[in-house]
Amino acid sequence: MNRPRPRSSADPSAGPDGSAILKEGGRRAERERAKRARSRRGQAVAFGSSLLILGGLAFLILTSSGWPEVRSQFFSVEVFRESFPGILSAFWLDVKMFLAIEAVVLVLGLLIAVVRSSVNPALFPIRILAALYCDIFRGIPVILLIYLFGFGIPTLELEGVPGDPLILGCTALALAYSAYVAEVYRAGIASVNQTQTDSALAVGMTRIQALRYVVLPQAIRRVRPPLLNDFISLQKDVALVAIVGVIEAFRQAQIDTARDFNFTPLIAAALLYLLVTIPMARLLDYISARDDVVRGAAR
Amino acid sequence: MSVIEIRDVTKAFGERQVLEGVDLSVAEHEAIALIGASGSGKSTLLRCIDLLEEIDDGDILLDGEVITDPSVDPVGVRRKLGFVFQAFNLFPHMTVLENVTIGAIKSGEMKKDEARDRARELLDRFGLAGREDDRPERLSGGQQQRVALVRAVAPGPRALLLDEVTSALDPELVGEVLEVVRELKDEGMTMVIATHEMSFAREVADTVAFLNGGRLVEMGPPGQVLDSPSLPETKRFLGRLHTAGLA
Repeated sequence: MNRPRPRSSADPSAGPDGSAILKEGGRRAERERAKRARSRRGQAVAFGSSLLILGGLAFLILTSSGWPEVRSQFFSVEVFRESFPGILSAFWLDVKMFLAIEAVVLVLGLLIAVVRSSVNPALFPIRILAALYCDIFRGIPVILLIYLFGFGIPTLELEGVPGDPLILGCTALALAYSAYVAEVYRAGIASVNQTQTDSALAVGMTRIQALRYVVLPQAIRRVRPPLLNDFISLQKDVALVAIVGVIEAFRQAQIDTARDFNFTPLIAAALLYLLVTIPMARLLDYISARDDVVRGAAR
Repeated sequence: MSVIEIRDVTKAFGERQVLEGVDLSVAEHEAIALIGASGSGKSTLLRCIDLLEEIDDGDILLDGEVITDPSVDPVGVRRKLGFVFQAFNLFPHMTVLENVTIGAIKSGEMKKDEARDRARELLDRFGLAGREDDRPERLSGGQQQRVALVRAVAPGPRALLLDEVTSALDPELVGEVLEVVRELKDEGMTMVIATHEMSFAREVADTVAFLNGGRLVEMGPPGQVLDSPSLPETKRFLGRLHTAGLA
């Protein structure tokens, strides 16, 4: 693209001896050089200020009088080494809970959203129930629900209902998250223009086919970012089942903390949660950015 | 026997009367152009025929059978009619080929391969060869509307309902879409065309029907209705179009 040209005429100090054609090329080279210089300067400033602020912060923390205390209480290498394997193996339970609950939530949430979005008069009573469900389960603190399920339901000694607090706690979480996710799906369904349904009916689809093949694929694509956002919350909220006695990573860390009277195990558990939530957050950013690009190209 | 027959059809949206006692019959191979101002009921009439809107009173018949009876399955009726929308309404998440074939495949009328072969043949014929695997967003408005036309005719409908198919297009793209309609007409497709393009109505339609405030007030051959209308309302409407340079 750039024509190679003698260095001297690109140099603004070369004087007015450049011809008209060369002059235009000279302006371009000049501008590009200025742009590059600006960007180099920007990078240098960003690097310098980062070094100054982060370095300063680190210096302040590390030299403060309380730091040795903080380090031994929160960041003790020995305690970390000792407790980490136990917390890690307990963390697998968090991962399993998350995967199982997520699978249930994706299906149940969609089902509720579809019922709430339907216009079929035969579904009216179920629609009312679905609306009630969303209001109730979204409106109660999740921790209360887990407590109520995990401790309350076993006292009923109901036939065929599991008494395992792990299963009951996960059920409470799944019900609460299904209510949130149903609302996300519902917003997605509402965002697909009615003309798409008209068009699907006009080509001879049934209402159910129109929903299945035309409305839902578009709706779900649009709500992927908020769905992922809810799943990031769920990834850490599984720790809440600890209150009904399930020994997962947080509870294990709590036990270790109480034994050694040192908070490093909690930091270890926190790191593990971050290890799964941060990649998910980056995935969310990536998908959102890609969707923006696709949408931008469509315009 | 008429393919479509509309008898004394009435339709209101809430308080607003949109169609009032409309009678119209469309013979086999006939093309009827519905003209009239925005809000005169052209689109609503087409949507009522395709059972996308429910009529309040009267009957609509397809091949001699009443289709507006509540006991009739609307899905079966829509499969016998093709509908093309003003804003194309292609499915954005599907390829061109999927757009054209999904109706016939999901209704069980055609096997996947059969539907694909037929779609390819039609796309090819209407200058869309090579675009089968593109998403609609990659196509121009004129190309999208031609895909929509192919989608409507692919299952071999008894009649085609065209709802202002060129109104959403840039002027230079109108011609390529009308060319497709012209060709379908030459093949003998029965059509009801709501349109603002008077020159096109004159050229393609056998009959022009003028809707005014939900009533079908004047109808006849294009030369008669468009050149020497008998009613003052029709004259006024056509006069306004002339002033706007649209006719």
